[in-house]
Amino acid sequence: MDDSLSVPVTILRVRKETSLIRTFVFDRSFPFSPGQFVMVWVPGIDEIPMALSSENTITVQKAGDATTAMFALKAGDRLGIRGPFGNGFTKGEKVLAIAGGVGAAPLLPLARADCVMTLLLGAKTESELLFVDQLDECTDVLIATDDGSLGLSGFVTALMDDLNLGAYDRIAVCGPEMMMRAVLAKVEEKGIAHKTEFSLHRYMKCGSGICGSCCIDPSGLRVCRDGPVFSGDLLLKSEFGHYMRDASGRKKNL
Amino acid sequence: MVSIRPGPVTVGGVALDNHLLLAAGILGTTGSSLNRMLSLGAGGVVTKSIGPYPKDGHAGPCLAVLDDGILNAMGLPNPSKEFVDEVVPLIKKPVMVSIFGGNPAEFARVAGWFEGKAAGFELNLSCPHAEGYGAAIGTDPGLVEACTRAVSATGVPTWVKLTPNVADITGIGQAAERGGASAIVAINTVKAMRISTGLRRPVLGNRYGGLSGSAVFPIAVRCVYELYESCKIPIIGCGGVSSADNVIEMMMAGASAVEIGSAVLNNVKIFETIKSDLYKKDGLSPKEIIGCAHHG
Repeated sequence: MDDSLSVPVTILRVRKETSLIRTFVFDRSFPFSPGQFVMVWVPGIDEIPMALSSENTITVQKAGDATTAMFALKAGDRLGIRGPFGNGFTKGEKVLAIAGGVGAAPLLPLARADCVMTLLLGAKTESELLFVDQLDECTDVLIATDDGSLGLSGFVTALMDDLNLGAYDRIAVCGPEMMMRAVLAKVEEKGIAHKTEFSLHRYMKCGSGICGSCCIDPSGLRVCRDGPVFSGDLLLKSEFGHYMRDASGRKKNL
Repeated sequence: MVSIRPGPVTVGGVALDNHLLLAAGILGTTGSSLNRMLSLGAGGVVTKSIGPYPKDGHAGPCLAVLDDGILNAMGLPNPSKEFVDEVVPLIKKPVMVSIFGGNPAEFARVAGWFEGKAAGFELNLSCPHAEGYGAAIGTDPGLVEACTRAVSATGVPTWVKLTPNVADITGIGQAAERGGASAIVAINTVKAMRISTGLRRPVLGNRYGGLSGSAVFPIAVRCVYELYESCKIPIIGCGGVSSADNVIEMMMAGASAVEIGSAVLNNVKIFETIKSDLYKKDGLSPKEIIGCAHHG
């Protein structure tokens, strides 16, 4: 076994991306593949899985205890990092990326890897759109907002209707699970679920593939180790979009 | 290397597909995960420990991977009674439900939910890092006997998993035997700690945890050896087993079967890997191996 105790990192900067999302820049880099995640130890609070948005940043949406505690951190404060873990997105030559909300975080490094032809970016409203400028620099970005404040008015899935999906060899998706389920329904209808990949979010304790808290039904596959990126055809008849489990292991309907 | 003949295995009243079980707390939170491990070659599986009330477990970090072991403090997270729905699809498969409680009545209540739905019970009297449960009970021979009796009275095979964090494990094993245990499982994790020198605090959210993996294998072998000399019921060896030779060594110490946990970290197909090394058509009968290190 490899010794992989948490690596202490110092926060160099905290960047406000939107009212609910911040990027934390570390003094250390972690070589990774886009889609991989790290276990972030917020001392005294908890340890949570978080996708890397570059090799020395995580981009975090305020949600629970640990992320709320992180929002009180500033330059000079320290965190512990384990990882990177998980599989990441499969590389393609002509990738369509679909991002909802903070789901743009793991897709930014994929876009920067110069293989994303088009990226569909969605959020509730213009001010909640993540990484618009950074993504614009490296790919063709199409925008949708729920309230129509920028781009198409409606869900990001509606942008798919105007695209020739056959022109892409891979489709990479990350966002809220109901949005991803809507994408899955659309790619299934078009018979291309097998070339579509989804990055899943599940409660995790160990992040190392042994505790079982993130296993999905019915395959029993581990999101932390066999995922977090799964092929659409594997998710078709699964818990994806229907329920997930909480810290105790009880099912919670979405 | 010594190998053994494949054949039917029954240990402590439970029919297994082979001598290798998935240890409690490893990939045992859902029915589909347990089923996956059975399909990957486990001869039996032990579930995550289930208690009288749902628990979220400790705040993280819950796990630290070390050079030769794993340090963890999950804090007995479990869905409690809702777990019945997870094991019902696995009825008739070699699934041991691990249970914990704070007293004999709680053990009996949890066991009652799973009667007729599990091949047997494994009592967690040994978790080293959950206050009021596990080792808090498992170090007291009177409580071990009473909790064991409360569950063995159901008539369902009852295995008792022991903590090594005691001065004399044989007294605890004998208490389980008096309580009607059909087998002893030895050992649970060894109480331990690591500190992050960079962050100047223990690496686990719970500060203390339990050590498993190769680092504890010699402790497990010693405990199995001692228990074999002091108890009559079968022993299931658990603690750092990661190869077929480790399985043989546990058997020579006195184990009738083994449980495997931490070795899953580096190889989720560890059961197939060990089976292909362990079983040979011209191998020895397990009977010739079990406890043979006591005869010299």
